[in-house]
Order: sequence, then structure tokens, then C-alpha cells
Amino acid sequence: MKSDLWDAVVVGAGPAGLMAALTAAQGGLRVLLLDAQPTAGGQIWRGAAAGQKGAAGDLLRDVASHPGITVLSGAEVIAAEAGKPHVLTVTSPAGLTHVHAARVILCTGATERFLPFDGWTLPGVVGAGGLQAMSKGGLDVRGKRVVVAGSGPLLLAVAAGLRQKGARVLAVAEQAGLPGVAAFGVTAARLPGKATEALELAAGLRGVPYWADCAVVRASGQDQLQTVTLRRGRREVTLACDYLAVGFGLMPETRVAALLGCSLDAQGAVDVNVWQATGVSGIYAAGEVCGIGGVDGALLEGFVAGCAASGQINRLHDAPRRAEIQRRFQTVLERSFALRPDRLPIPSPHTIVCRCEDVRHGDLQGFTNWTAAKLQTRCGMGACQGRVCGPVTETLYGWRFGGVRAPLAPLPLSQLLAEPTVLGPP
Amino acid sequence: MKAIVIGGGLVGAACADALARHSALNGQAARVTVLEPGPVGGGATAAGMGHLVVMDDSPAQLALTARSLELWEALAPALPSQADYHGCGTLWVASDEEELAAVEPKRRAYLAAGREATLLDAAELARAEPNLRPGLAGALRVPGDSVVYAPVVAQFLLERAGATVRREAVAELRDGGVRLESGEMLRADVVVVANGIGAVSLLPGLPLRQRKGHLLITERGPIHVHHQLVELGYLKSAHGNDEDSVAFNVQPRPTGQLLIGSSRQFEQPDREIDWPLLRRMLRRAAEFLPALENISALRIWTGQRCASPDHLPLVGPHPHLDGVFLATGHEGLGITTALGTAELLAAQVFGVPSELLAHDFTPARFDRLPEVAHA
Repeated sequence: MKSDLWDAVVVGAGPAGLMAALTAAQGGLRVLLLDAQPTAGGQIWRGAAAGQKGAAGDLLRDVASHPGITVLSGAEVIAAEAGKPHVLTVTSPAGLTHVHAARVILCTGATERFLPFDGWTLPGVVGAGGLQAMSKGGLDVRGKRVVVAGSGPLLLAVAAGLRQKGARVLAVAEQAGLPGVAAFGVTAARLPGKATEALELAAGLRGVPYWADCAVVRASGQDQLQTVTLRRGRREVTLACDYLAVGFGLMPETRVAALLGCSLDAQGAVDVNVWQATGVSGIYAAGEVCGIGGVDGALLEGFVAGCAASGQINRLHDAPRRAEIQRRFQTVLERSFALRPDRLPIPSPHTIVCRCEDVRHGDLQGFTNWTAAKLQTRCGMGACQGRVCGPVTETLYGWRFGGVRAPLAPLPLSQLLAEPTVLGPP
Repeated sequence: MKAIVIGGGLVGAACADALARHSALNGQAARVTVLEPGPVGGGATAAGMGHLVVMDDSPAQLALTARSLELWEALAPALPSQADYHGCGTLWVASDEEELAAVEPKRRAYLAAGREATLLDAAELARAEPNLRPGLAGALRVPGDSVVYAPVVAQFLLERAGATVRREAVAELRDGGVRLESGEMLRADVVVVANGIGAVSLLPGLPLRQRKGHLLITERGPIHVHHQLVELGYLKSAHGNDEDSVAFNVQPRPTGQLLIGSSRQFEQPDREIDWPLLRRMLRRAAEFLPALENISALRIWTGQRCASPDHLPLVGPHPHLDGVFLATGHEGLGITTALGTAELLAAQVFGVPSELLAHDFTPARFDRLPEVAHA
């Protein structure tokens, strides 16, 4: 009888997931690679084509041509249960599908951290990574005035990318102080491969004001964003613009891991050992879901997870040394762009915290935890189920957001009404 | 008077409020302490639909639900807007002529209990709820039924009672008070056990068991439903026996979302979603409202009803423990009957009249009740 059991299911086809899938398949496993997007590559390699010049093209080609790998795109995990086997429930335009896995490698990446300020719900205010993705997806930004604000190296990449597409980037406003940003630059320049990257980035940003120590105060406009007010030191600066691209660093995307019962560390990343194994038997994690560290770290962790899951321990002799370099980079990254409470946007009582249910900062005062606040104010009960406002309340109020439940995304009732299918290996 | 209420759900909050008000009427200030280890209204209160509904499975149930609806109508103007109190009424939908034949006696029972109820024929039903499938036989319209968002009401009643809420669990009932899990002893003239199924851990052997249910809420959608819609077969399908059952029960939320139920399962104490049962429940709902196929689910959850053998709550003095009263075992009607329960409890504690005293809700109606458990 044909078995429905996959040797390994990799969730997420960014750099970590692609590398994990390829490595595990090289070790002889039958691998299913799932990704929510229509094409593989993840956020960072969005739009990259298999076979194009460079690391992304090579990896995409190798994954696409490996006979041991089945790729399922446009498939989002909405429920997951750890066990023997692990069962993932996946939604796609074809309906609900159950996937049975002996091993799961979670490569779900990261999402942008957002923090609220007055006016953030105006059209024209977008996530930094979001605007980047929209422009890669065809949004015309030529001649548009853009302010990029928040924190982290992603702001620079976004600013450079938008500029290349013809946008006028008025300023990059970073909450971190210059010493931290400089320390990050120095470390990055010393790492193999990062120096060139940094130089190219710097060239792409020539002439764009980079303001460290800078906080977002408010966005204003009638029905559309018109101006952004920033605070530099004690001075407020107001810039007229078409887009405010804002993000406060990245957060590990741990929702599938949470459903599977994997524990998280103090930074909110999935806890893994040196073999990228989580505390749950047969479940591995790699890439930014284990901590924000960039594409090189993600590739390395994907490789380690793929080796570990398929028992190719002999291929791991060089991994500890490479991991150490990566960890140094990650530590400097975290330290350089650590969020500083006095440089974060200060919500007013009227600032919307939960956009879906229109819950404001003032409504949430006096509560001591997420559940009580949710029950009384409906914060987090709307369409996004707390995906945006849950982490916001962690940063603003120090709550623990415990609201991860299946289904992880809105699910058409037509899919729940139909009998789910089972997808097994070919 | 010093009172302790164990449980900060809607039943506990309503009891705290009633004790405080009646005590004040007697010229005594009441000091009410509510013991709730979790968030206020975070248990069965949050898990349910918040449908305020008159039901007539038994004369006692009809009296309790009808009186409770009167009390809700009196309370409504004082409620904060976040309580989402909304008088949408209930339509008891009859699929066929056999079910429709059961409507007339039901209508007369409701009228006798002082609740308005009118018959809708097939055409009137189709006009009232155009999204229902064609071919239904008719419905009983109960315009006085309502919906509410119960956790906000629980918080409101606790504040109105001036109750002190302590986030503590009770380890043991003692003569004249309770011992907390922290070891602390609290003394009171009256102790009300209103913590749902949690009552069993304080009074092992209470004839209560859990009955799990599933609910699903949709996105804000294009499908307009005007009444809470319940199939008349609900009585047959849901209350009938101990097997897993589903029934069509859909509520329009003021937000434009639809709340879809319902399922009943005994002996499933976990919180897991039973996907095949959920599918059965949704298929039942889609048989009545085919347009459900076109919208998305935002959230699915389960909850536990705390059920007694005769589907009526246990409200009244514990037969062996002085000063201990019970207010638990409300099954699926805890939100509806919280206010009637509180009135009944106050009548028993203060000796004031209530028409509800005509029915036996006391724990003593069951043959054997356990002595207090000593840890």
C-alpha cells in the first residue's frame, strides 16, 4: 500500500527552507516543501527566478530539479498537531489538505514588527518590507516621496530598493543611536561577503539623509497620508510625503511552531539546539524563526537542519565554526538596533492599537494581561486575530500574547464544509 | 453582611450584584468578595454565544428563562455599549409540516409565560430572512429574545456591586468561609459556589458533567441575517440523548459577523477542535443558510457547558453546609438565566418573594448530595 507519510515536510520556501529541503533530499528523504506565496524564495528572494545568476538562482534551480522534492506553493498551514506522525492542515485554492510528516522543518521566517502612532491607519502608511514587496510586485513608485522610518538594517535595504525603482527617498529615520548603527556597520564589513553588500547599499543610498536617534511622532492627512512628523533630538521635523514605510525590526514568525508545542526563548524565537532541533521530537527549525540573523545565517541553519533531519552528520564538520561567525553577527545586530523606549513612537490615548476592532491605546489602560483585555475590549478578535496587535501589546504593555489558535488564517467555509484531502509522496 | 462568591463568570457576577443590592435594601452594606483565578468572564461566559433565549423544555425552565428575559430588559439601558446588547429576537425555524405542528403549543406556552410569540408561514419566513433556503415550512418568532456580549456584562455587574475581585482559587469550603489555595482563610456569612464545573472539585459528587460545544465566528460579511436563527429540531437533536449532536444555530453579531453553532458532546473535557464534528455542524448550518459557503471563518473555539441531569441549574442552599449556596449547572443557558438565578438566590438568602420560588431549583432535589470534601 502506498504510504501517505512524508519523510520531511519543510514549511516556508525562503533561503532556510530551500536549503533545508535540498539538503534533506540529498540525504535521501522524500521532502515536501510548502510555501504560502505563489513562488518560492521567501521575502528576501521574492521574484527571483530559478537559474538566474547568484545564490538564489542556483538554490531555486537545484530545489526545482531535485527528484526527491515536491514543492507546493500557495499553500498556507492553518492547523498543526505534533504526534506520530505530525499532521499539518494546509489551505490552498484546491481546498483543505492534510499532510502527514515523520519530520517537520519550520522555516517560517520573520514578520515586521509594527508599533502604533497617531495616523498609522491612513492609506499611504505601510510596512517597510510591505512597500518593498509591493514595489517588487509592480506598484509604481516613480517620483513618489517616501519616508522610511523605524529600526534595523532592513530600512536601508528598503530605501535603496525603492530608490532604484525611481522613488524619492526623503529620509531614513532610525530609532537607534549612531554608535550602535556604526558598530553594526563595522562588524558587517568584516564578515566575509557582507562588505560588498554594505558597499553596494551605501552607493544606492548616496545623498539620502540617514537620521539616527529619530522617532516617528505622527502621520497626518485627510483621507490619505500627507505629512510625517519625526522627532530628532528635541526638534520636530515635518515632511510632506506620499508614503511612510515603517517597521521596527523583524520578529520570528512562530505561529506554526506554537501550534506544534515548540517552546520559545526570551526574544520570542523558537528554541533549538546545535542541530536545529526543537524540544518536540522530530521537529526542527531554521532561519529567522530561530532569531533574526539575515540570509547567510538562514542558509547555514537550513543546511544544518537538513543534515540533522536526514542523519548526514558527516557533512556538519565545518558548521560549528560558521555558526559562531553567524552568532557574532546576530549579537551585534540585536545590540545595535535594540529598541529604545524613548525613541519609539508614543501612542496617545486615541491611537488605534487594534485596527480590526478599532481598539485604542486609552481603552487598554488598566488591564494587566492580554486575555483580560481581549475579553473586555475585543482587542485582537478581528480579521487578523491579533497577528498585528498582539506583538504591539507585548512591546507597549509587556503582556504575553497567547492567542495563537487554529485556523491561523481566515478560512473559507466552503473548505471546512468539504472533506479534506490527504497529500502523500508521489 | 460579608459574602464570598466563588467564580467571576456572569452567574457569579450577577449573584454578587444581587447580594449587594438586596443587602443595601435591608439597610446593611454588603461586602462582597469574588474569587476568580482567571480573567473576569473568561470561562464558559466567554465561550458561549450570548443568546438570551426563552426555552420551554420544562415549566421550570420556561419560568426561569422568561423571568430572566424581563430582568435583562430592565438591565439593558444601564449596560455599557460594549456589551453589544441587541434585541434581534429568535426565529425557531420549522423544516417541515411535522415541526411546524409543534409551533402552536410552543407559542401558547410562551404567551402564558408573558413572552410574545408569533407564527410565520413559509412566505413570511422567506421575507423575514431571505438568506434561508427556500422550502422551509415556517417559524415561531420570539421578538423579545436578545443577544449580548457577556464578558463585558460580568465586569459591569461586578463594578456595580462594588465587589472586590481577588485573583485566587479556592482550595476548600469550610464552615463559615473558604480556604484559599494560598492557605489564607476567608470568613463570610454567605458563600456562593458559582464556578461552573469547578464546583465539583469543591463538592465532589455533585451531579454535574461537562458538555463540550464548538462555535465559529465569520468575518464581517455580506450575508445579512436579522434574527438569531435556531432550528426547531434543536430540541430533538441537541437535548435528546448522550450522543454527539449538532444543530443549526446562527446569530448575527452587531459587528456584521455571524456566530455559528452548535454541537454537544459529553465526556470530551479537552479544548481541541473536533474537525469532523465541526464539519457536521457547519453542514447542518449550510443546509439552512446556503450562502455560508461564500464567507470565511475567523476563529473557531470550544467551550464546556456544565450540565445537570435534568438540564436545570442548581440554585439554592447546600443541604448540609450552613451558609453555602450553589449557583451552577446552567448548561447552555447560563448567560440567559444568570439574572434569574441571582434573583432566586437573593430570594433564598434574604427571604424576599420571587415567583421563581414556585419551582424547585435547589440542589436538594437530587437524592444524594455529598458532604463537604476535606482536603
